Amino acid sequence: MSTTTTRGVAQPAPATASPARPRRGLRGNPTVNFWLFTGPFLIGLAIFVFVPIFWSIWLSFFDARYTVTPSKFVGFDNYVQILTNSEFPDSLVTFTVFAAFIVPTTWALSLGLALLVNRLRFMRAFFRSVFFLPTAVSYVAAALIWKMSIFSGVRFGLMNTMLGWFGVDNIAYLANPSPPWYWLVIVTLRLWIQSGFYMILFLAALQNIPAELYEAAAIDGAKPGWQTFRHITLPQLRATSTAVILLLLIAAYQAFDEFFNIIGQKATWAQTPLMELYKTALGTSQDYGAGSAGAVVLSLLICLVTLIQGKFMGFGRGEDSK
Amino acid sequence: MSAMSSTNWNRRNVMKAAMGLAAAGGLAACGGNNGRGGGSGSGTALTQYFHAYGEAGTEQAIKRYAAAYKKADVSTNWITGNNFESALFAALLTKKAPDVFEFHPQLQLVKSGQVADLTDLIDPVKDDFNPNDIKSHTVDGKIYGIRMIDDPQFFYYRKSMFEKAKVEVPTTLDELIEAAAKLTTGKVKGAFLGNDFTAIQNVIIWSAGADTINEKNEIAYHTDGVVEGLKKLRQLFTSGNVLLDAPTDFWDPSSLNQGLCAMQWGGMWSMPAMQQALGDDLGIFPFPKIGSAGKQSVYNGGWSIFVNAKGKNVEAAKEYVKWLWIDQKQYQEDWATSYGFHIPPRTSIAASATKLKTGLPAEGVKLFTDYGHFDNIAYDQTMQTAFAEVISSSVRKNGNPEAALDTCDKKVNVELKKLFG
Repeated sequence: MSTTTTRGVAQPAPATASPARPRRGLRGNPTVNFWLFTGPFLIGLAIFVFVPIFWSIWLSFFDARYTVTPSKFVGFDNYVQILTNSEFPDSLVTFTVFAAFIVPTTWALSLGLALLVNRLRFMRAFFRSVFFLPTAVSYVAAALIWKMSIFSGVRFGLMNTMLGWFGVDNIAYLANPSPPWYWLVIVTLRLWIQSGFYMILFLAALQNIPAELYEAAAIDGAKPGWQTFRHITLPQLRATSTAVILLLLIAAYQAFDEFFNIIGQKATWAQTPLMELYKTALGTSQDYGAGSAGAVVLSLLICLVTLIQGKFMGFGRGEDSK
Repeated sequence: MSAMSSTNWNRRNVMKAAMGLAAAGGLAACGGNNGRGGGSGSGTALTQYFHAYGEAGTEQAIKRYAAAYKKADVSTNWITGNNFESALFAALLTKKAPDVFEFHPQLQLVKSGQVADLTDLIDPVKDDFNPNDIKSHTVDGKIYGIRMIDDPQFFYYRKSMFEKAKVEVPTTLDELIEAAAKLTTGKVKGAFLGNDFTAIQNVIIWSAGADTINEKNEIAYHTDGVVEGLKKLRQLFTSGNVLLDAPTDFWDPSSLNQGLCAMQWGGMWSMPAMQQALGDDLGIFPFPKIGSAGKQSVYNGGWSIFVNAKGKNVEAAKEYVKWLWIDQKQYQEDWATSYGFHIPPRTSIAASATKLKTGLPAEGVKLFTDYGHFDNIAYDQTMQTAFAEVISSSVRKNGNPEAALDTCDKKVNVELKKLFG
């Protein structure tokens, strides 16, 4: 540091900074700057991403129970166990069903909200904020409210109280999986938390559609409403829609918090892949080997799905190649 | 000039203030949960992990005992939430692992060398312990943990509601199902067996005359009696006469206290709170028998203290554990009887614990002695999780109990093979 002082002083110092600090001295050196800016990030990436990835691949071939530094090599035993003698494959099915439902529903609801808010003449800012606010709530807090107050199975739970007015018996939404009321709890929670955020994305995109397009359409005789929506609004939202669907898919892959808190680990249904892996590796059985094997399988699946999606939807491809 | 100084203030001082705040926040967070009794200890620093007991005063009690220990500076991590196992096991893998922790006897902990051999601590007073509590912590002749408290679990019931519905205390599962139906009214459900029914996953095995795993470490739960029990539980679950999705689970006295149900599965620890809320309108009975070969049963759970064999201060930790859980009998009695009720595993303390001598607590002790089944150290968490899934798929879901038990067998056999070869 001290060697560069002379250069620092030679340059005009900012009015408020003390001349003894050679802040600007390193600016000229691009290599130093490169490492200065990327270094912390790369170190973080290596410690928190790459090391764990390789560590867990290594763990997946060992009998690693109650330890992350195992010594007994077991080959593919963990993979066999996680794929044949566990609930992990079932959880992949659960996740697929969940994603197939939640992604289009959230997409449609967010778009609908955006269209409604966009047409408001007054109090637009108010409604925009109101619909966006749930995004700030944590999944865990919301899950507890949904579980213990709204969908509580006792007679004074909010839903049961309301149903009681119409003479309907109390329903145990979560304890009893048939009929699967638990999906109602999970889906309403996720819609409530998520749709506000995607509504904002759609709102921004809607406001970017040039008004001239609608004017031109009106002159050409297009009816306002469905026809304009179908042929102007929707195509103009294509880029945003693709991004939203991708984000929703990723969010669905990561589903854990509300499932963990609402369904719990004592059930055999509605267990997402991450919950199964958590149960195997970090729960009471502490089997890091089998858990890591599952994580590797899941990672491979995600890579595969992303590649396929890239092929079909062309997300991330440049404009020219379309 | 004034503009300049104000810019100056903004940039520097606000930053400083913000960093100061952040640092203070960080420090406060560090200092908040250490449970030290104000510089009384000296020398070695020890850490102990406890799950959060629900009864008022428990946390203060544990920290008070720790503060009274002069030879080391013992700090307490009081783990709230329902993930004590995860928090504990995650911490055990790190450098900041606890030196002392409470848990249940688990063979895997012994096999992996996680818990220290405490035989020499217990041996001098071995005869004073309930032999079952010694047995459940012994592997190959060595004792790996000290039982702190025994917690029998049984049914609590409201005598007044039973009288009103003209129901006798059930001794068979059929009678229980019938009683639940008679006791259910518009506002009160007949029975509460916990929200997911896994609280009774061990007692239905014992009540059906079977066992979890036998002496030779083979599966012993897969019997016709257990299948019958699962079928009957399914019948009870779907009858509409059990309380489900209650705000609190079986370990909390609220469901019975608030009149949501007429009988509730619960632990002895809830007894003081229930007596306070309900007075004499309270009785207890063991889990009824299932089928002709069955017999009534009670689950004698509890918590034990272990020393982390991979910790930095194993000897100091052993010394502390010996001081508190072997020598300090007044603390052991305080811990067992001053908050929730627990049965002291030491015969001499149990004999002097006046609170457990009369009335309902004495009945609880009788159920513990007459019908109680203790933990089997070899029936580990993985096997228990596998059996919990049997409850999920054949009681809460309409699955075939035989098929569910077959799936469970597969998992348990893999585990048994890992443990015993």
